[in-house]
Amino acid sequence: MVKEIFTESIWELLKTIPDPEIPAVSIVDLGIVRNVEFDNNKLNITITPTYSGCPAFSFMKEEIIRHLESENITNYQIKTSLAPPWTTDWMSNDVKSKLKEAGIAPPSHEVVCPQCDSQNVQLISEFGSTSCKAFYKCLDCLEPFHHFKQI
Amino acid sequence: MAKDLLYQYVLALGDDALILGQRLSQWAYKGPFLEEDIALSNISLDMFGRANLLLEYAASIKGNNATADELAFKRNEREFSNHILCEQPNGNFADTMVRQFFLDAFYKLFLQKLTNSKDEQLSGIAQKSIKETTYHLRHSSKWIIRLGDGTAESHAKVQSAIDNLWMFTNELFEINEIDKEMVKEKIGVDCSSIKSEWDKIIDDVLAEATLRRPEKTHMISGGREGIHTEHLGHLLSDMQYLQRAYPDAKW
Repeated sequence: MVKEIFTESIWELLKTIPDPEIPAVSIVDLGIVRNVEFDNNKLNITITPTYSGCPAFSFMKEEIIRHLESENITNYQIKTSLAPPWTTDWMSNDVKSKLKEAGIAPPSHEVVCPQCDSQNVQLISEFGSTSCKAFYKCLDCLEPFHHFKQI
Repeated sequence: MAKDLLYQYVLALGDDALILGQRLSQWAYKGPFLEEDIALSNISLDMFGRANLLLEYAASIKGNNATADELAFKRNEREFSNHILCEQPNGNFADTMVRQFFLDAFYKLFLQKLTNSKDEQLSGIAQKSIKETTYHLRHSSKWIIRLGDGTAESHAKVQSAIDNLWMFTNELFEINEIDKEMVKEKIGVDCSSIKSEWDKIIDDVLAEATLRRPEKTHMISGGREGIHTEHLGHLLSDMQYLQRAYPDAKW
């Protein structure tokens, strides 16, 4: 019981860590934190990278460590897992609305302009300012925007 | 199974990703336009990420506190076992796109098979990487079609790149003793089995791009055995400069 309350409080703590590139969502929202468990007085946290070359990944790991240590948690281990590979399917609808509010079209096959909801959009580049985003332009409201790639 | 064979197998895959990533990074701030500059840098980062996963795994098999950085920065060209195609110079934009297209098509098929590896680490890396390679292949295929079916000049440049790089493609499908052993252990991929599917991807895109496949040419190989073209040494002298000049320097 105590264990469950403890892991729950760790999840809450991790939810306060924003993604360094997309601060509108947390690393828990994005599905980067895969598991939190408490075993033999040791906290095990499993995380997975979005893209294998994501430069923000090591920063996220440092942020987790900083947050744990600010709560005086010292007996922990952070593991990286690759399989199953990260997918945008792990994002809840709630998270998708947060992305849209931040001006980023959430992952989907039908790309919709986050400003005016038009589907009349044009792909500018498959590769945006970060690995996880593609660059689009809306042909109705003429605003450029990012689409969070569906993978 | 000898641990050393697995080490060499993983190392070769890591070298492919590292050398191709380094080549692509040389386009940073020199791309033909901003979006394409960012695209090439993104693909380079994906390759570096893949190289890091593979070289860290290779280092853990090697033991003795070996590290991925040591493998990347402290080996000479004869100790690198990447495919020769990965080290070919960037040339003009068409040369880079043809090299990328040939390799993306190969990685797509290769990684698909590698996801079934009995080795969990390799299978995990393959599952992760194949999603990225799918994007890379779509990007390079579109460029081959756009350049081939574009102006007379872009057509001539991309055709010349195909003709020049064709001789390095056969090496991708060769299998050596290490591969054979890895296939037998259900860890590795029999590359000779994906040649016909690769041919089909290439032929379909070339047809749409109004380009032609070269006639039979002399094929060269040797990268897996450490026999490289003159370009690798220059690439390494640049990539390894800092660790060679200031050994064990840390950020």
